[in-house]
Amino acid sequence: MRNTFSEALYQAASANPDVYIVVADISPVGSMEKFSKQYPERFINVGVAEQSMIGICAGLALKGCQPFAYTIATFALYRPFEMVRDDLCYQNLPVTVVGMGAGIIYSTLGGTHHTQEDIAIAGAIPNMQIIAPCDPAECTQATRYCAAQKKGPIYLRIGKAGEPNYTDKAIDPWVFGKLRYIKRGSDVCILSYGVIMQKAMQLAARFEATGKSVSVVSCHTLKPLDIDGIADALARHKHVVVIEEHAPQGGLAPRTKQIAWDTRATCRLDTFTLQDAFIHNYGSHDDLLSAHGIDMAQMSQRVGLA
Amino acid sequence: MNKVVRLNSFDVKAANTRCLRYRRRILDISQQVGALHIGSAYSCTEIVDCMYHGLMRRGLDGTSPDTFLMSKGHGCMIQYVILEEHGVLGRQDLDRYCKPDGRLGVHPDYGNPGIEASTGSLGHGLSMTVGMALAERGRKTDGIIYVVLSDGEVQEGSTWEAVMMASSLGCSNIVAAVDNNDFQSLGRTSETHPSFYPLAEKFAAFGWETAETDGHDSAAIFAAISSRSGRKPFMLCAKTTKGKGVSYMENVPIWHYRSPNKQEYQQATVELERMAV
Repeated sequence: MRNTFSEALYQAASANPDVYIVVADISPVGSMEKFSKQYPERFINVGVAEQSMIGICAGLALKGCQPFAYTIATFALYRPFEMVRDDLCYQNLPVTVVGMGAGIIYSTLGGTHHTQEDIAIAGAIPNMQIIAPCDPAECTQATRYCAAQKKGPIYLRIGKAGEPNYTDKAIDPWVFGKLRYIKRGSDVCILSYGVIMQKAMQLAARFEATGKSVSVVSCHTLKPLDIDGIADALARHKHVVVIEEHAPQGGLAPRTKQIAWDTRATCRLDTFTLQDAFIHNYGSHDDLLSAHGIDMAQMSQRVGLA
Repeated sequence: MNKVVRLNSFDVKAANTRCLRYRRRILDISQQVGALHIGSAYSCTEIVDCMYHGLMRRGLDGTSPDTFLMSKGHGCMIQYVILEEHGVLGRQDLDRYCKPDGRLGVHPDYGNPGIEASTGSLGHGLSMTVGMALAERGRKTDGIIYVVLSDGEVQEGSTWEAVMMASSLGCSNIVAAVDNNDFQSLGRTSETHPSFYPLAEKFAAFGWETAETDGHDSAAIFAAISSRSGRKPFMLCAKTTKGKGVSYMENVPIWHYRSPNKQEYQQATVELERMAV
């Protein structure tokens, strides 16, 4: 996903001389190398200085530029939090903060490199918009959107490398702020976002194996959330499942429950999130998700498939 | 942008007259509100005045290719009264300072006329300055970014991130000044944080061109900044007195924030007049 991001950004920078990227000693390979060679004055590496990364982006945007800040998610959002809040959100500047390797993708690096609560934190700040593409193809669309929009700051939560595409045959196009049906069914609806979409696709297959008709939806825009779209999904399906790689508070799951309450939804609603706990065990990304109840065996049982 | 005027000289007498007028105006406004960081504004009066009137270029239409950023946002009352005099802010704006029907608060807010960035939380201004300087360079415009920092915010780690970046990136279009009044909320910096000093040497070690002056000597401020080489980012370490001009305010931490009562106001008025003589 990070390589499709850098390719999309390179293209945006080629078309618009106001596009900058400010990185904090972390940079995707491939196209970013092309970017830095071709536009060295617009590729700025601040080193290990994330507060300055955000402040410099703010200064560029105050002069009308379209900057991206880029590093591992926890250092992009948590370390320079007050700069994100004051410099970007309070001043409402069109800066994209790219949180790479978000969630618990950096599974063996420990809790210092995990972002389990980033949607909650970014979403709590007025003016902040949040996009979390589910695959490289959506990442390209999202990056193009971020490079062109002037509305305000965006937290772009992306994965790392090697993710497959799920949206090649999606029913809907990618539209900022709208739910995107990857497949449309009538019995069960699975809402998800980000790289954990893989689990949504797998769970959908299990439902389908039992003869159920299943919708899978990419909720790529977490803020502003497509409330009408969620309400519609709750109304049109007998069973809705939310899967997210995020703490139980402040993400898609509690928002969906809130909308369900507000709209007096009558469907069954199951939510899978990370727990409200730091992770001290190691292993693969899947191992860590499993430790917090997100794997096919545990999910199948909870949704009544086992 | 029409014709830009670069001043080669700086009328010190006129500067002194302006600074007295600004202090008086700020003192008057202090009677409308309970608090306005009067000591902080008096501390950097001459620095800000010199930047606006001696250093920043101004076209006949009043606009400037240069930018002023008040990183020590709490001192912005001096910026407000200068912007009022330039007609960028209206008298009504100052009359409604901190009032429900006004738009000016204790810290500068981006979106208000003449305010280039929201500041108030310390340690944000210099990184934004670096970003602005890069944007000027990227567009091949020759704008200079002028920025005033408090000595307190030089304690912020984020300030030093920006100090490193400004020189590493060769941002020679940055002119900064530290309002070094040696006071922060809990006391004298030289006593509470002695290793804060020496100051200019620290910036020089990070690759900045530096100078030190009396921060209330307008001629010295102008001379120091206007003789910079222009090859590096420039930092003026200006030795100042917090609350400069009013004896009971000078170097007394409470005047960082509070407004004088009626009797104190009268005394301040008399003392400011005396300062002018």
